[in-house]
Amino acid sequence: MFKHFISLQWKSFWRSASASSGVWMKIFMGFWALYFIGMMALGGWGAYKYINKELCLDPLTVVSRFLIYWWAFDLVFRYALQKMPVINITPLLILPFTKNKIVSFALGKTMLSFFNIIHAFFFVPFSILLITEGNAPVLNVLLWNVGLIALVYANNFLNILLNNKNTLIYAVGGVMAVLGGLHYFEYFDVTQYTAPFFQGLYESQFLFLVPIIVAIGLYIIAFKSFVADLYLDAGLATKSETVKTENLEWLDRFGKTAVFLKNDIKLIKRNKRARTTVLVSVLFLFYGLLFFTGAVEAYEGPVWKIFAGIFVSGGFLMSFGQFVPSWDSSYYPLMMSQNIKYREYLSSKWWLMVMATFISAILASGYLYFGWEAYLAVVVGAIFNMGVNSHVVLWAGAYVKTPIDLTSNKKAFGDKQAFNLKTLMLSLPKLALPMILYAIGHYAYSPYAGYLLVALAGIAGFAFRNMVFDKIERIYRTEKYKTIWAYKQKK
Amino acid sequence: MIGVHNITKTYAGNTVLNIEHLEIPKGDSFGLVGNNGAGKTTLFSALLDLIRPTTGHIENSGIKVSESEEWKSITSAFIDETFLIGYLTAEEYFYFIGELRGQNKADVDALLAEFEDFFHGEILGQKKYLRDLSKGNQKKAGIVAALIGNPEVVILDEPFANLDPTTQIRLKKIIKDLAADPNVTVLVSSHDLMHVTEVCERIVVLDKGEVVKDLATSQETLKELEEHFNK
Repeated sequence: MFKHFISLQWKSFWRSASASSGVWMKIFMGFWALYFIGMMALGGWGAYKYINKELCLDPLTVVSRFLIYWWAFDLVFRYALQKMPVINITPLLILPFTKNKIVSFALGKTMLSFFNIIHAFFFVPFSILLITEGNAPVLNVLLWNVGLIALVYANNFLNILLNNKNTLIYAVGGVMAVLGGLHYFEYFDVTQYTAPFFQGLYESQFLFLVPIIVAIGLYIIAFKSFVADLYLDAGLATKSETVKTENLEWLDRFGKTAVFLKNDIKLIKRNKRARTTVLVSVLFLFYGLLFFTGAVEAYEGPVWKIFAGIFVSGGFLMSFGQFVPSWDSSYYPLMMSQNIKYREYLSSKWWLMVMATFISAILASGYLYFGWEAYLAVVVGAIFNMGVNSHVVLWAGAYVKTPIDLTSNKKAFGDKQAFNLKTLMLSLPKLALPMILYAIGHYAYSPYAGYLLVALAGIAGFAFRNMVFDKIERIYRTEKYKTIWAYKQKK
Repeated sequence: MIGVHNITKTYAGNTVLNIEHLEIPKGDSFGLVGNNGAGKTTLFSALLDLIRPTTGHIENSGIKVSESEEWKSITSAFIDETFLIGYLTAEEYFYFIGELRGQNKADVDALLAEFEDFFHGEILGQKKYLRDLSKGNQKKAGIVAALIGNPEVVILDEPFANLDPTTQIRLKKIIKDLAADPNVTVLVSSHDLMHVTEVCERIVVLDKGEVVKDLATSQETLKELEEHFNK
């Protein structure tokens, strides 16, 4: 029986359009996986060394203290990213497999997930150092690890149970964030109460049974609820939300562009994939902290400040803009058979990016804390983003032919289109040009001359708007049939 | 109104469409039938300039569809679900299409009121996105959207598929009414021979991309078609 499942899995993996899309994608994914593994291993090794040498504390005690946060973070992270094993079950339901078999295979598959295995790369080097350098008893270290593995799997099954229960997971995340905050500001330290448990996994020889029992219990509960829910109108049902019709009439002041602008705003509000890009652009706001706090030595050079400025204000522009016609991929034939002026369509996307950049620049005013020069870099970056990068992004987008599945977050990170040579070439000036301009001004005259040059380039960009739009329109026209065809290819 | 001139479409050496000449005069109601893979959707897609024919060209109101876009303001179509915007509610979708076709909300509302029967209370005010509607209801929304803005050419690919019997009967009436207007050219494809013979004045049979029959609908048409497909 399992032989069938495994061969189905194997085929579904290798025959999916995204997997066959090219060796580059596989290499890219491989690199990411290796990078994560490397970082985790380095983290495990580094954590031991740092705590031992620099802080002169017992690494095991310190790590055990913070494990509660690790546990909560793991759960939230899984909830956001780990896929539920429900896909492709429907066609199996009426075949002569017992439901128990289907469910045990689906659950078993999640056990091999990357989300479970990745932890080993941190804890294995850490444990080896504990034994070899810290002279910790092998048995206790092993028990500690067994306990943690059980906790990882408890999370794995808990996540399956919690699927679709948004409020619960927000509650867990919220409580942990508050506790973390209280801990940081030294009002209340939750780790005092949880550390003994994690420490106990090491010291006591029986405590490790607790997480194992919990994990097994959760497996049984998940298994039962999964079997009970194996109906098209229960666990396998696609969710549909209740919604209200929106008018967004305040946007009508943008004239013809408003038709599309209204649509784009609904697109972002109502689709998981599009919402993720907004989330990413919020994360980009904090990217500057690496530069302006001096946290990373390599980023100390003056030219990096403008690099940070571009990223902080341009998160949305880069994450949303790079996929521009693809956001409309699922109904592209409709758009192409309507009486649409490409210019209005494009300028709607352009306005969206400009507005988002403007808002990001205002939100980034927190960087004033690091001196007004830091904020100046952000503002100058925003001007350059609005004037130059917004056009470049649209231009590069004209060559993008990857359909986007709006309703799923799959492939939100690292799409194969990143290896489209044309888009890659066009993305260079987005970052390199302002850095070069700044460097010229900075080294020839003064930092302010550098900022001035970059800002002037941004302002000059506005002047070329019509020219660039003409060019993009032409590309859109010539690429139209290819694009329609490419968007028809289902993943 | 619509002229097809020496159209061929070849995919990797495989010709899927080959029509030497086809003229559809203004006001015609034109039915296209054929088995799977006969080239019906390919022809409609080429009419809408969604695919580029390998050779030949198509004219709509004297405009070559691949050269100018003037024809778009008088032409509307519903081919498949790629003509729906999944994350909009039905109302939002209708207003969006309306705005693209120069109709204000009141115009759209007036048009929608005419289709209350057809919608059967399952489209408007549903608090659901189009992507969450059933296939049949999605189709209803798409067909009505294709009628917004007084188009002169209406192209519907398989409009009867997935619809319940009541709705099929109502749709037949809608298409007949459209066809009765001398300014509106209707193009419909279908697998259901009865439906097409009922609503279309002229029926063309495609087989492996070629026109094999071109009939003016009469009493005997249905029989003739059945014989043709029973070979």
